[in-house]
Amino acid sequence: MKPFTYERAKSPQEAAAKAAAKPGAKFIAGGTNLLDLMKLQIETPTHLIDVNDLGLDKIEEADGGLRIGALVLNTDLAADQRVRKDYGVLSRALLAGASGQLRNKATTAGNLLQRTRCPYFYDTNLPCNKRKPGSGCGALGGYSRQLAVIGTSDACIATHPSDMAVAMRVLDAQVETIDPKGAKRSIPIADFHRLPGDTPQVETALAPGEFITAVTLPAPVGGRHIYRKVRDRASYAFALISVAAVVQEDGSGAIAVGGVAHKPWRVAAADAALVNGAKAASGQLLAGAKTRPDNAFKVPLVERTIAAALAEAKA
Amino acid sequence: MNHSSLPHASRRDVLKTSAAGAAIASSGGAIGAATAAPLAEAAPPRAKVSFKVNGKGQNLELDTRTTLLDALREHLHLTGSKKGCDHGQCGACTVIVNGRRINSCLSLAVMHEGDEVTTIEGLGSPDNLHPMQAAFVKHDGYQCGYCTPGQICSAVSVLEEIHAGVPSHVTQDIAAGPPITVEEMRERMSGNICRCGAYSNIAEAMAEVAGIKA
Ligand SMILES: Cc1cc2nc3c(=O)[nH]c(=O)nc-3n(C[C@H](O)[C@H](O)[C@H](O)COP(=O)(O)OP(=O)(O)OC[C@H]3O[C@@H](n4cnc5c(N)ncnc54)[C@H](O)[C@@H]3O)c2cc1C
Ligand code: SF4
Ligand code: FES
Ligand code: FES
Repeated sequence: MKPFTYERAKSPQEAAAKAAAKPGAKFIAGGTNLLDLMKLQIETPTHLIDVNDLGLDKIEEADGGLRIGALVLNTDLAADQRVRKDYGVLSRALLAGASGQLRNKATTAGNLLQRTRCPYFYDTNLPCNKRKPGSGCGALGGYSRQLAVIGTSDACIATHPSDMAVAMRVLDAQVETIDPKGAKRSIPIADFHRLPGDTPQVETALAPGEFITAVTLPAPVGGRHIYRKVRDRASYAFALISVAAVVQEDGSGAIAVGGVAHKPWRVAAADAALVNGAKAASGQLLAGAKTRPDNAFKVPLVERTIAAALAEAKA
Repeated sequence: MNHSSLPHASRRDVLKTSAAGAAIASSGGAIGAATAAPLAEAAPPRAKVSFKVNGKGQNLELDTRTTLLDALREHLHLTGSKKGCDHGQCGACTVIVNGRRINSCLSLAVMHEGDEVTTIEGLGSPDNLHPMQAAFVKHDGYQCGYCTPGQICSAVSVLEEIHAGVPSHVTQDIAAGPPITVEEMRERMSGNICRCGAYSNIAEAMAEVAGIKA
């Protein structure tokens, strides 16, 4: 780890202003992703702004839905009675991620902002446009089993690793932020994570210093809430692919898929095709997919996992 | 520069310093000074922190990079908590902070101001074992023992989490509370890896403490 100075922020705006004013500054929440990457010198902040003392650890009812503070722990969000009852897909996704110890530290904002698990991003001896812009992409000609099949670019084929974000996407969450000048905005989750394009190092719509204060969920939509995660081990492993589904009694609904793209993947035409079954929906969802020999299995796997989710919804 | 020019530090001191985990280039102390190497680098930033460990108040001033695990092991000499991977992947460093289990390797010590930390040393002692420690002994819940302090801290917390109604990945009806079953315990223990594969004996030890059949 490179040396860094450390301070505790006293308000969200102060945190944002300090982060914008100090080059090399970063927020730290649970630290479970940032410290991991700092130990590997993939992240090298020179100043850490601890945002744990800002009172942003509450879940409140707002506009018929919920406002989840940015610092609410993954364990507490998954265990919240309102979330379990009305947004079950979110509880399920959280509980499918990481381990009990990690969820006791991981926060809502930190989870959204966790970085890719592309093995070449982690190997500092190999090129990676995300870690070192312009250095090339080790994964393109390399081993791509875990990597993306849609929305990729010639610069990067990484996936976003979060389970929680996939559920947030199917629930149409919004990300509330404050900028260094104190201006607030609300970013639809669909626009929050970016596709890699030519700048895979720019992963979200956040401006420098912009600080997440909360994530909001709209009023409950009912239906069956399902999260299916396919991975190499039954527990404590990142998704190869995952499906978050909210299915109504008439078979209509919404699906978002993880493990296939640089962001949680959802397509309006696929939601519309859901009533016609898994094949129709996954055809729409992954139209234009660009697979490689190592990860081509993800396309049929998505279809089968949607089929399993639809069967579970009917059961 | 050869060793005979070292003015004060003996070879043993030098070894001790590096064994204590101080990175040579960044220690700014014994080694850099003693060899009079032209290390213009400023001493790494330090910060003060106070927390309780196993009921006892501790005031420390640490390099900001020090993890809670390194603070416990290297500064407070509580070497029960182990460093397996140092990346949140194995659970050997699991300790209980304010009643919740966490991976102490992925947490900065300076971020624990005012916290109450419980390590394996605080759960029980050789003559007064915690029931979970006693059950691990009875059921052979270990072989080499390296993962065991983390397993026991985790196991104690897992039973509390189930009693508190926190659902898990295997809970059928998440709107209701989780049942106390071996399946629930096994899922919740997945963040603790055992290289010796003592898993089934660990599950038996936990089942006994929980009062169910393994
Ligand atoms: C072994 C292991 C297994 C894992 N398995 C899974 C898994 O299966 N599924 C899964 O989804 N995740 C998994 N994770 C990842 C885990 O979920 C994340 O590490 C965690 O959610 C990050 O949250 P944090 O609060 O610790 O973030 P931090 O590490 O504190 O921060 C992450 C980033 O977010 C920024 N940040 C934090 N808060 C804010 C804010 N309020 N505003 C703006 N920026 C902010 C930080 O500056 C940093 O860049 C795993 C992690 C490990 C170590
Ligand atoms: S896929 Fe993206 S993250 Fe992985 S090596 Fe290529 S540029 Fe880096
Ligand atoms: S040493 Fe902390 S999880 Fe492995
Ligand atoms: S007892 Fe040896 S690693 Fe678990």
